[in-house]
Amino acid sequence: MTAVNAAAEGLGIVPGLPLTDARALHPSLAVAAADPVGDRAALLRLARWCGRYSPWVAVDGADGLWLDVTGCAHLHDGEESLVHDVIARLAAQGIAGRAAIAETAGAAWALARFGSRAAIVVLSGDVAQAIKNLKINGLRFDNEVSSELDRLGLREIGDLLRLPRVALVARFGNRVAERLDQLLGQVAEPLSPLPPSPLRWTRRRFAEPILTPEAIAAATEALLLALCRRLGGEQMGARRLVLTLYRVDGETAEVAVGTARPSRDPRHLMRLLAEGLGEVDPGLGIEDMILAATAVERLVPAQLGLKRLTGPAARQLARSILEAEGIGRDGTGAAELAVLVDRLASRLGPEAIGCLAPRQSHVPERAQRFAPVFAAGTDAPWPAARRPIRLLSRPEPIEAVAPVPDDPPILFRWRRLAHRVRRADGPERIAGEWWRGGERDAVRDYYGVEDEEGRRFWLFRAGLYRPEIPARWFLHGLFA
Amino acid sequence: MPFGVPAMDGALPGGGLALGALHEVAGSGADEEDGVTAAAFIAGILARLLPPQPVLWCLAADDLYGPGLAACGLAPERLILMRGGNDQDVLWAMEEGLRSKALAAVVGEVATLSLSASRRLQLAAEASGNTALALRRWRNADLASRQRLSPNAAVTRWRVKALPSESRGEPGVGKPRWQVALWRCRGGVPAEWMVEACDATGHVALAAALVDRPARLRQVANG
Repeated sequence: MTAVNAAAEGLGIVPGLPLTDARALHPSLAVAAADPVGDRAALLRLARWCGRYSPWVAVDGADGLWLDVTGCAHLHDGEESLVHDVIARLAAQGIAGRAAIAETAGAAWALARFGSRAAIVVLSGDVAQAIKNLKINGLRFDNEVSSELDRLGLREIGDLLRLPRVALVARFGNRVAERLDQLLGQVAEPLSPLPPSPLRWTRRRFAEPILTPEAIAAATEALLLALCRRLGGEQMGARRLVLTLYRVDGETAEVAVGTARPSRDPRHLMRLLAEGLGEVDPGLGIEDMILAATAVERLVPAQLGLKRLTGPAARQLARSILEAEGIGRDGTGAAELAVLVDRLASRLGPEAIGCLAPRQSHVPERAQRFAPVFAAGTDAPWPAARRPIRLLSRPEPIEAVAPVPDDPPILFRWRRLAHRVRRADGPERIAGEWWRGGERDAVRDYYGVEDEEGRRFWLFRAGLYRPEIPARWFLHGLFA
Repeated sequence: MPFGVPAMDGALPGGGLALGALHEVAGSGADEEDGVTAAAFIAGILARLLPPQPVLWCLAADDLYGPGLAACGLAPERLILMRGGNDQDVLWAMEEGLRSKALAAVVGEVATLSLSASRRLQLAAEASGNTALALRRWRNADLASRQRLSPNAAVTRWRVKALPSESRGEPGVGKPRWQVALWRCRGGVPAEWMVEACDATGHVALAAALVDRPARLRQVANG
């Protein structure tokens, strides 16, 4: 048995009991196969759902969640009503939950699992009092320690608290004493939250669930305006936004957008979010929305007021400042370009939009790379040698007739068309990059050739000329 | 924007290529598939557009090569590339690009360009002043024969064909030459010229053999 309900527990069926024994006790027992993977996914879903209470949620074992509600409780009219709201909403989803708020993580854990009620709040000062009658398992020991404590007749946390600390350390090492300290808040206990907690977020809850796309868009816009105002105050721009929509039925939907350059222009960001909002299924309604900037970068405001300065020197200064801000003479430039790039990328995917950047390599296909816009460094110059304007992404094998060694072919067939070579340049020998495995002998002899009609091609023979093996020829590029 | 070749500029209304308008450039023969000369012809035009603002180039295949563009005078850094899209995506991206104030021009490699789609591009180009260039690429002869002469709203329609390079008695490939045909031109005269491929400043020049003689202006079949 992996887990049992209260009724079964009352009949003496406990987790760990073999199924055959349980069936022997109660043949009418209803049994379902355990699904740990599904449980884990459901717990993660629940963790995201808990984002409504606190941005800081961590998963605890197979059946628990940590929420740090420091500074969040007043949004729910205090701790008491928060904890009852959690239990009530869980119950509405068919989950028998237990929750506790305490000033240390250890105490909350013990109270949630072993407390007398399903919803408990213990505020400062009362911790020792509230936990002393709890089972000793509430201290999160492993089996070895708890069976040892059990053997010594220590059943409740209070029993341990009464013992001299020296004796505990002598017997169990630091493990027991440390747990007690964590419980009472004498040492800090760091927990790792589920997603990196977004520091910049805005939230909106609705008295009545909203359903129509127009209402959802309007709410998003309001969230965005508030977030952008806040980012403006911090001189930051968003690189990534995540909008989480909490549905009445406990499901969550997420819309995430990225930008090529930091932005806090609500109009631009709204257009990006709108693409994803179209695909959100509101179900029976959205009751809560959170918009978070999960990645931000510094974005100094453009000092547009400088435009009004007079005199050539002042105008020159204004221009240089504006250009440094990515704003051209006519008020356009990088910022405007970023809007376009984001728009294209949000519909076609970020990998579809980029720019060409040179790369330090003699191998033609490596001399250029497709880099994200604004991120391309120009670490190398473009090669100065004569190069085709179209380079096939993969050299295509051709049938070539090349009777003279180290001469270009006189005839070749590419894509079922025969080309008779009239003029040719070359060879240009390009060696493979020996430091890459398998390229030590990858020598290519390139020829620029022109056929009878005037079409110009870039061909190469792979490997050095060897009379005993037939040469392998490829077409790699096309000259204008 | 003039080509700097009096014979060509004379055939175009306004003495040059109209900016803020849609133009179409296609290859010829087997090059209709790859659009090699068309790409170089367009690169030359873009190279001469001032101020050198970025250009959005929507690719049909991932085969545009920066070093080759640089040889036509177009700094590859100026390009924003879009790849992996179909004709619809390209047309949508072109229209978006035409509306943006950040760009100088938009190039789209498209196979199918309907009259209504081309009208949308022409209107967007007129409204913003950005120049739109449709680079036609047809994957097969069937598609090419259906699309080659089908009407669209482009202000000028060009066909560029590679010609055998000029021989000066030296071995090797000589100076590349093209036959440039302006076969449809709103308010202008269809004509064709034999030119030297664009140089590192993006300029074409009448082929040397023709410079000393009056440019051969020939009425061509008007599609």
